[in-house]
Amino acid sequence: MRVGVVTFPGSLDDRDALRAIRLAGGDPVPLWHGTHDLEGVDALVLPGGFSYGDYLRCGAIAAHSPIMSEVVSEAHKGLPVLGICNGFQILVEAGLLPGGLIRNDHGDFICRDQKLRVESTDTAWTSGYEHNQEIVIPLKNGEGGFIADDETLKRIEGENLVAFRYLEVNPNGSANDIAGLRNNTGRIVGLMPHPEHAVEEGFGPDTDVAMKSGTDGLAMFQSVLTQVVSA
Amino acid sequence: MAIIVVEVMPKRELLDPAGKAVLGAFHRSGIEGFHEVRIGKRFELHIEGAVTDAHLEQARTMAADLLSNGVIEDVLDVRVEDSPA
Repeated sequence: MRVGVVTFPGSLDDRDALRAIRLAGGDPVPLWHGTHDLEGVDALVLPGGFSYGDYLRCGAIAAHSPIMSEVVSEAHKGLPVLGICNGFQILVEAGLLPGGLIRNDHGDFICRDQKLRVESTDTAWTSGYEHNQEIVIPLKNGEGGFIADDETLKRIEGENLVAFRYLEVNPNGSANDIAGLRNNTGRIVGLMPHPEHAVEEGFGPDTDVAMKSGTDGLAMFQSVLTQVVSA
Repeated sequence: MAIIVVEVMPKRELLDPAGKAVLGAFHRSGIEGFHEVRIGKRFELHIEGAVTDAHLEQARTMAADLLSNGVIEDVLDVRVEDSPA
């Protein structure tokens, strides 16, 4: 299964995402923002980073990149797309997920191992989790505060579009503790925390068992491989 | 020479953490007369020659599509000004 990762100017975690896809058993395909070519991938990751230096608004200029016209049209046709951190911001700016992401309410950049609850498991990227499973993956952002107007928030909750919710600590003032969203079909998922940094023992968050042994992010990349096979 | 100025502000009902940080610096400087600071953006679109209706129309389109995000910001104004230079 070929899973693409788009590199934008200022992407940081593109190689980590490619590595996560490989460790999950997929074939990672690096893609470039300046082309109109998705190279026929079966699924797509928009990685974390600071595309265009977060100029204008996080993800705003990247959302207007050449490749994004293909991403948007293929996403509407059902291509599974995962947006991580800056990738989530790009999905929101591109109108593929609702709401907006603004500066953390406390004003600081925050980096921590974050506990989340997986609230939606009927998506292309979360089917490998148990419903309401609690996971720990790294979080690192300065502008991760999720906001939406009351009507949109009601729709998000009413249609069960919350994919992940922050547990114990709301690290950035996000409305309703929302850490990640899905779209109605479950093909598009975006989240602020970083599953690609918790995919290999020795390099993940600490667990009760051993230091750096957390691999709770791996199931996200495995989920899409199952989806693509069964589709 | 003229420019088109686009002004964008974060929505009134949203917290503006950057503005709040600036207000803190006001207070630390002993300035107590202001109870809120909000930070917005001013874009200057420079044009060779005269500003036409087509320029203004394009500026309004880009103000809505790129320069602002309607979820979190409002376009306050799109107007013609004399070029500062």
